[in-house]
Amino acid sequence: MATKKMLYLNRRAPYGSVYALESLEVVLIGAAFEQDVSLAFIDDGVFQLLKGQNTAAVGMKNFSPTYKALGDYDVRKIFVEKESLDARGLNRDDLLDLTYEDENEGYAEKDSIQVVSRADMAGIIEQNDVVFSF
Amino acid sequence: MSSIEVAGKMMETDEEGYLLNLAEWTEDAAKVLAAAENVNMTDAHWEVINFLREYYDEYQIAPAVRVLTKAIGKKLGPEKGNSKYLYELFPYGPAKQACKIAGLPKPTGCV
Repeated sequence: MATKKMLYLNRRAPYGSVYALESLEVVLIGAAFEQDVSLAFIDDGVFQLLKGQNTAAVGMKNFSPTYKALGDYDVRKIFVEKESLDARGLNRDDLLDLTYEDENEGYAEKDSIQVVSRADMAGIIEQNDVVFSF
Repeated sequence: MSSIEVAGKMMETDEEGYLLNLAEWTEDAAKVLAAAENVNMTDAHWEVINFLREYYDEYQIAPAVRVLTKAIGKKLGPEKGNSKYLYELFPYGPAKQACKIAGLPKPTGCV
């Protein structure tokens, strides 16, 4: 089976709907089957990657630690739209540290998150064979 | 709804035998779950079970078997980070069977 380039596009806040968690679960399943997976976070979707989430008050499981497992699943391309961060008063330092190990460079830890402009994001979406929108 | 009895205490499981409440898990529960799977727990088995529980604590998921194999290899050495070793310990699938004994949910994407 030929590997397809799959992009998971996340545009909703992490809690209040089931989209973010469902997207993450599908990503983990897709990655387990060795597809070429990228993630994109746009609009309120950028809140999914915030550091220091505490869900006690809403009575939902805090699944944000699971994003840190993405590197183990060889998900190495996580794109965050700069304009969406700016509009919410956020920057890269407010987001989780997500890394992967590069086997071609002595398993050096590398940053999985790339903050990109809206124009670049359009190009990234265009390059993928399949786009799943959550 | 099913359940298992551990030292006089009933613990609920789902229809496949996974514990519903992972906070209830104890080493005695692991022994009962392992016996139901015909797995005789040795130090090598406990090493994998403890690894899985630590992984779940950190990431809030039970890893897929490919990820488990790689992570075990990194932490415990390459002679343990391969499917042959893990399938010898847990013949019906390291992720599925070991996760059940560790009191974790069935791994996401486990088939």
